[in-house]
Amino acid sequence: MHVLPKQLSRWLLSVPVALAMHSGVMAETVARYGISMADIPLTTGQPDRGAGAYQFTGHTLYDPLVSWESNIGTRPGKLMPGLASEWKVDAKDNKKWVFKLRKGAKFHDGSEFKADAVIWNLDKVLNDKSPQFDAKQSAQVRPRIPSIASYTKVDDYTVEITTKAIDALFPYQLPWFLISSPAQWEKLGRDWNKFATQPSGTGPFKLDKLVPRERAELVKNATYWDKTRMAQTDRIVLIPIPDALTRSNALLSGQVDLIETPPPDVVPQLVSAGFKLVKNVTPHVWPYHFSTQPGSPWVDIRVRKAANLAIDRDGIVKLLNGLAVPAKGQLDSSSPWFGKPTFKLGYDVAAAKALMKQAGYSKEKLLKAKVIIAQGGTGQMLSLPMNEYIQQSLAEVGIQLEFEVVELETLYLHWRSGVKAEMNAGKGISAINLGYVTSDPFYGITRFVDSRYVAPNGVNWGGYNNPKVDAALDKVRTSFSPKVQDALLATVHQTMVDEALMLWVVHDVNPHVLSPKVKGFVQAQHWFQDLTTLKM
Amino acid sequence: MLSYVLKRLLYTIPIALSVTLVSFMLVYLAPGDPLNAIAPADAPAEVVEALKAAYGLDQPIPVQYGKWLLRAVQGDLGKSIASGREVATEVLSAVSNTLVLAGVAGFAGVLLGCILGALAGYWHGSWIDRLATVLSVIGVSVPHYWLGLVLTIIFSTWLGWFPAMGAGPGGSAEWLWDLEHMRYLVLPALTLSVIPLGIITRTVRALVADMLEQEFVMALRARGLSHQAIFRHVAKNTAPTVLAVAGLQLGYLMGGSILVETVFAWPGTGFLLNTAIFQRDIPLLQGTILVLCLFFVALNLLVDILQPLIDPRMGRT
Repeated sequence: MHVLPKQLSRWLLSVPVALAMHSGVMAETVARYGISMADIPLTTGQPDRGAGAYQFTGHTLYDPLVSWESNIGTRPGKLMPGLASEWKVDAKDNKKWVFKLRKGAKFHDGSEFKADAVIWNLDKVLNDKSPQFDAKQSAQVRPRIPSIASYTKVDDYTVEITTKAIDALFPYQLPWFLISSPAQWEKLGRDWNKFATQPSGTGPFKLDKLVPRERAELVKNATYWDKTRMAQTDRIVLIPIPDALTRSNALLSGQVDLIETPPPDVVPQLVSAGFKLVKNVTPHVWPYHFSTQPGSPWVDIRVRKAANLAIDRDGIVKLLNGLAVPAKGQLDSSSPWFGKPTFKLGYDVAAAKALMKQAGYSKEKLLKAKVIIAQGGTGQMLSLPMNEYIQQSLAEVGIQLEFEVVELETLYLHWRSGVKAEMNAGKGISAINLGYVTSDPFYGITRFVDSRYVAPNGVNWGGYNNPKVDAALDKVRTSFSPKVQDALLATVHQTMVDEALMLWVVHDVNPHVLSPKVKGFVQAQHWFQDLTTLKM
Repeated sequence: MLSYVLKRLLYTIPIALSVTLVSFMLVYLAPGDPLNAIAPADAPAEVVEALKAAYGLDQPIPVQYGKWLLRAVQGDLGKSIASGREVATEVLSAVSNTLVLAGVAGFAGVLLGCILGALAGYWHGSWIDRLATVLSVIGVSVPHYWLGLVLTIIFSTWLGWFPAMGAGPGGSAEWLWDLEHMRYLVLPALTLSVIPLGIITRTVRALVADMLEQEFVMALRARGLSHQAIFRHVAKNTAPTVLAVAGLQLGYLMGGSILVETVFAWPGTGFLLNTAIFQRDIPLLQGTILVLCLFFVALNLLVDILQPLIDPRMGRT
């Protein structure tokens, strides 16, 4: 019997091993994603740059206690268990919420997720005396978790959070609050800037590489605790490309595999070149938010309704090459909180003229109003052309608009300050045009109509004050049945529409364009998106 | 010469101070709020106030400037409000990226501008002159942003010859001077080079044409010198002015072209300044402007030192 020489047998054995290793390396799937931001959002736990940033460095690297279902596009998502496997309000004291934590979840650094980590993270953003307090992360999330009064650890896998007042909608605030690893922060010398380059969460991806303003490379977390949400791509490369045309060119030239927010003009070219356009109803509305203060030209409900009837929304959708849907109210009609408003938003110039006539205006006696708008920016869609379109449409029914055009950052300042502030009232500004996120009851409804949130306490910019609405919102806060909550919220939304509280124009559809190589991309009806579904 | 250099270096101090003071004031004069860099748009008043205190933005503007200046003279440019990263690291990274782009664009623009300008000046009134004039007018007139987009559409999306954006396959941190990386440089450098190309062409053309009319050139011709020898004399006499113009152009390029760097997503100083301006990120804005100002001053100084070395008459004046 011939025996193979030892060296030869080793070599023969090494061939399949090497081939297997090689194919393993070759098999790494990479998705390159051209994002519209100028920099990679914060990677320390709480992303900056708005709601849209959570899909990139938020829910990829980290998990919240309560998650949002973001891997379904056919209906609005709902709250899901996250790092808390269950939660309930204390039957005796409705301000207390008990969260049962998931066992077996681990941070990327190998440390175990327990109740101490939840308390540590709450201190990180709410307790400025704690050593781990981070002003930047705090600034991002504090406005999103306004109900928390105190919190305590019950045992290793149970925490109790007390709200300032009874708030049945409190769980909706928690998908915004993400859990970073205390062990990693200690290991890195208690330095959040170092943590930003070597972050550790419990999320489905780990950060492999970060080049500020250029790229972040996320790799699959093979030991992720949620086996139903394992990443389908080995590596996602996030590439900030703030210019929309440059993003499209990068896609066309094969430098990236998918992009968000293509310029409307280029969409037909991209589609004809074989790329796939994906869009979906998104909780975002593009409105004129009216002042309801005495002296405002919009105080008369007939004028507000006339404005809403004077706009050809289909024409604006056409202007946007189909990248929007006409608004029927603050929320899309598929929302469980839409209700049954009696005032139907539509295009009816005759009815609008009649309303204006009843209000005492005509083409000879024009109603003059000043609106502050941004020249562009995130969420503002095609700000200037759309505003000019509206200006012309409203002129048809006797409303003469004058625009105060500012940068988006300046517009935010005017927004936070409220209509009564000198910077607005002093200039005669009576409406503001700003794209609004409407993803949950607070963001979509409460903050705009609750009299307790009149600016500068919140963003009830126009100073709307309706005791009935306040009472309905109080009932929502004390009703723990989702069905009752939905019904009450629907009545509030009905009131908003019936009172034509704003001039609602269109809802965004958050368009994405994908190369044919990209499979499995699911666009949720939310700003939160689940990148684990991306498959190459 | 040494005292001249020292004197010029001393001038740098008031220039840098004035530049930082003016840019600091402009940030506050412009509408907007530095807190936009960190606070969400709907941050309530209490959060805004807490942040102002945390970042020292609640203090009077002269105090804020004084504190920044005190740290800056000790070499500490502070941290970006938006990202929390060291401004010095951010600026150095951006400057090195812009140096790559501006260096190549400037070199190409000046070299081609000198060649075209010299040809046009030497054959003044010929078709070469007219062609060079047309090219230089186009160079100084065409909008950068538009040219960058057109070049990208042709050479990137249609022909696929060059990448449409970025500073290398792995980003600028992994930049190498090899073909793979230099492909990323071609379109932005070409776009950026057209202005120095146009200006240098016009300058050289005018200088050479003027110089050829000078009496000393007639004398050289009368002595029977060859064309090449005459050209060497003309070149030597035009060089100081060309050097001064080229220095200024390189200074402008170092400032980074916000539009070109945005079109090509090139992570240089223009891109950084754009972000800092829109976010009102004062430490980042101040740090970037200070470093660019020092670069500009240093470049001018270098030009002033080189000029007398080329033309000793300038040293005597």
